[in-house]
Amino acid sequence: MQLNREQLLAAYRMMRTIRAFEDRVHTEFSAGGIPGFVHLYAGEEASAVGVCMNLDERDKIASTHRGHGHCIAKGCDVDAMMAEIFGRAEGLCGGKGGSMHIADLDKGMMGANGIVGGGPPLICGAALTAKTLKTGGVAVAFVGDGGSNQGTTMEAYNLAKAWNLPAIFVVEDNGYAESTASNWSVSGTQLGRAAGFGIPAVQVDGEDFFAILDAAHDAVERARSGGGPSLIHGRLNRYYGHFEGDAQTYRGNGEVDRLREQKDPIMRFRQRVTEAGLLEGSQLDAIDTAVAAQIENAVMKAKAGAMPPPAALLTDVYVSY
Amino acid sequence: MAKKSFRQAINEALAQEMRRDPRVILMGEDVAGGQGAPGEDDAWGGPLGVTKGLMPEFGRERILDTPITESGFIGAAIGAAATGLRPVAELMFVDFMGVCFDQIFNQAAKFRYMFGGKAVTPVVIRTMFGAGFRAASQHSQCLYPIFTHIPGLKVAIPSSAYEAKGLLIQAIRDDDPVIFFEHKMLYDDTDDVPDEPYTIPFGEANLTREGGDVTIVALGRMVKVANEAADALARQRVACTVIDPRTTSPMDFDTILESVEETGRLVVVDEAHPRCNMAADISARVAQDAFKALKAPIRMVTPPHVPVPFSPALEDAYIPSAARVIEAVRAVTA
Amino acid sequence: MSDAIKPIGMPKWGLAMTEGKVNAWLVEEGATITEGDEILEIETSKITNVFESPVTGTLRRKVASEGETLPVGALLGVVADASVSDAELDAFVEQTRQAQAEAAAEAPPPEPVLTEAEGWTVRNLRMGPEEGVPLVLIHGFGGDLLSWQFNQPDLAADRPVVALDLPGHGGSSKSVTGGDVAWLAAQVRSALAALGIGRAHLAGQSLGGAVALQMALDEPDRIASVSLVCPSGLGREINMDYIGGFIAADRRREMKATVEALFVDPAFVSRDMVDDLLKYKRLDGVLAALRTIADAVFAGGQQAQVFTDRLATMKPPVQVIWGEADRIIPAAHAQAVPTRHVLPGTGHMVHIERPAEVNRLIAEFAAAADR
Repeated sequence: MQLNREQLLAAYRMMRTIRAFEDRVHTEFSAGGIPGFVHLYAGEEASAVGVCMNLDERDKIASTHRGHGHCIAKGCDVDAMMAEIFGRAEGLCGGKGGSMHIADLDKGMMGANGIVGGGPPLICGAALTAKTLKTGGVAVAFVGDGGSNQGTTMEAYNLAKAWNLPAIFVVEDNGYAESTASNWSVSGTQLGRAAGFGIPAVQVDGEDFFAILDAAHDAVERARSGGGPSLIHGRLNRYYGHFEGDAQTYRGNGEVDRLREQKDPIMRFRQRVTEAGLLEGSQLDAIDTAVAAQIENAVMKAKAGAMPPPAALLTDVYVSY
Repeated sequence: MAKKSFRQAINEALAQEMRRDPRVILMGEDVAGGQGAPGEDDAWGGPLGVTKGLMPEFGRERILDTPITESGFIGAAIGAAATGLRPVAELMFVDFMGVCFDQIFNQAAKFRYMFGGKAVTPVVIRTMFGAGFRAASQHSQCLYPIFTHIPGLKVAIPSSAYEAKGLLIQAIRDDDPVIFFEHKMLYDDTDDVPDEPYTIPFGEANLTREGGDVTIVALGRMVKVANEAADALARQRVACTVIDPRTTSPMDFDTILESVEETGRLVVVDEAHPRCNMAADISARVAQDAFKALKAPIRMVTPPHVPVPFSPALEDAYIPSAARVIEAVRAVTA
Repeated sequence: MSDAIKPIGMPKWGLAMTEGKVNAWLVEEGATITEGDEILEIETSKITNVFESPVTGTLRRKVASEGETLPVGALLGVVADASVSDAELDAFVEQTRQAQAEAAAEAPPPEPVLTEAEGWTVRNLRMGPEEGVPLVLIHGFGGDLLSWQFNQPDLAADRPVVALDLPGHGGSSKSVTGGDVAWLAAQVRSALAALGIGRAHLAGQSLGGAVALQMALDEPDRIASVSLVCPSGLGREINMDYIGGFIAADRRREMKATVEALFVDPAFVSRDMVDDLLKYKRLDGVLAALRTIADAVFAGGQQAQVFTDRLATMKPPVQVIWGEADRIIPAAHAQAVPTRHVLPGTGHMVHIERPAEVNRLIAEFAAAADR
């Protein structure tokens, strides 16, 4: 799939936004400003952006614990996301969801999910809506290597195939389900599993934006044309712990430093587009500067935001009761 | 007005709502039946024939047979509801909540709150419940207290064919997730059921008997049992009010409290296991808010704290009977 | 029948009751009973209740035995004083039972039917003989043909009597495209055409009264007489709290409180009545129909259509019957009609509160018009 310069700049900006967002959340969390749990997506940016560059407003995604990147890639408002993570009234969910439940259904983002494996069945439903109402939309479930072991995920594979749904399963295999290695916890292979359900599947370098972009392009085409579900298995790496505060003692010595140095998807994207003469380094530097300012602004606004009023405790449980 | 069975009332409600709104779909295991099989299509219409005939009218695009995959299709119904359909999913027996509950209580129930009021999840989960079918421990439970416990869910428990049609149409038109409990021993009960579509609002109790001596609260099939008891007691000059809350979430505590203020005596009949059930919930609320009106301790008529047994001899002893209700009323009026 | 013999018949509790089961006698034969004493326990499909004696005297015969299921009106027992001999009593019982049995055998209780009129389906109930100028009963806002249940059987002794449900009401179609009095009158006209009724007496209660007046104006030669019962159409005032409350009420408590305004004695408002009203209001299309009609006939919080200046020249004779304590439409509106009967101690549902008197007035008025 060929992207024009505008699209390349947009993709870079999105990845950079995710990285800057996550780095800053890491800092702010350490400083004690953010309550609860956060699970950061830094290092995995190519996957969310590579997939979502193929999607439009008809399409839905469901995310994981590690959802900030998917939200940004699907177009959620960064200021409102930051405010949400700070538990503020101005947050995308009014401060009621927090990091693990950021959602914006208007943007087709059906929620980060606190339940591992929670998303794939929901995505079958979103795909069923698209199919029934003939919207032409597709639905994408992002799932980690941990979530890939849940029965719900495999039930979703089976149902998506039985109903021939426009669904796409993107397994983001960052090597660790919490602290447990996927090369131990995942029996067989992701591709073998997909094959078992008769679902076309491809394994890609999950840190190669262009590889993800192409794989997702094929899957989206298949789904939109009535060809049913697909699976993409991307191998990638996270730079922070399972959650913030995880000392990552289970990882190898110097593993993360080495990954950041050699495999960073943003660095690889930069290298590739500048070497090919598609974009100038200065253009990308300008984006870096703009994104840094945007994130700084988002944090300032979030910190200055209001806490939800006590009355909000009791609202939004039902449409009517 | 025609006499219709509870089964027909539900079938008619589904058909009328599907005709009215193309976004209404039905899914579940064997809701049509025979998919992909060499024999008859629409072979079952659900295990007890409740949805028979819908597939020929609405087609397989809107009447979806599913694999036996409760997490998968209950989750799909919820995801479809959050994205623009109004699915009715059939969880064949409520006992099967054990293999799909996450999708109901962590996903459907919480979307709206977690997402700051922006999600609307108009899903209905129809499910069979209750003892008396000789179906043993894993196909006979009530379990509605568990769903009632979860904020974000609504829980409807019709006690007659009239109630079933009106409450189901309300459930389908409702914008919140609704768990719709169908007692399998009521399917052949008949009642006057209007041909036209109608809705019964949630959160308004129905009074099936009126009397000033004792308030009896009962749900689902137990409403019949309570009525039977109340009629027998009326012949012995004890006048009972029988209250059918219709929905346990929302729950019409006001009607119960008002009645207890009048009668001063409360008997709650609940087919659910006794611990943390609706009887306990209602009794606690009355004890808190109408303590001064009470002239006798509240009595709860429930099964014992055991799984539902198989043998008819044991199951009959398990299910609360009119005789036990009468005994409880006698105790509070003694 | 000797006045000394007082029959006790199976009561009718609520619109839906057609029969009752005698569970138990609560008094012995020979006992002296007073009006209001609990004498029987009767069970219906909906409720078991004690039946209070409608008469005073000595209970001479228990005609119904315990466990027996009998239709509404069936003879249950007989009260008579000592002047009546046992033989007379037995003869009376025998005669009454036989007459009731014959009546039941030759004419099963009539049921409402659906008739296709031009543009709508009208539910209607016909009673009485084939011969004679029919009397057509038109109910009020939110009511239905069963609101004439205490009138129609009596009135049908003289002539055919047809009660019907207005559009948007009862079992008639719920689509209301017009909703004002002229439109309602046109719908009733089309119903009469479909029912093969040419000339008719009309009795209309509340909104049904205005409809009757409009019909008398539109086709004076086809209307033999008009009996108005607490009608609209004779003044501007209308209790909009009631109209609004009736439309808004979707809960038992609100509905009960609302319709209590219809009667002087709130005891008329039974649980069954409230249940039946709620069941009706829950039907798809009813709320929209009621709103459309209310918006048209009570526009701006008052009656849109007033006929007072047309009464003098109206061809069919008109009488009005009013409950003095009517809280929906003031009984003072009756002043507009020379032939008027204002009954003390009654309200807007005077035909239910005092059926015997209202029936007599309507029957006599129609009979006079026929002569």
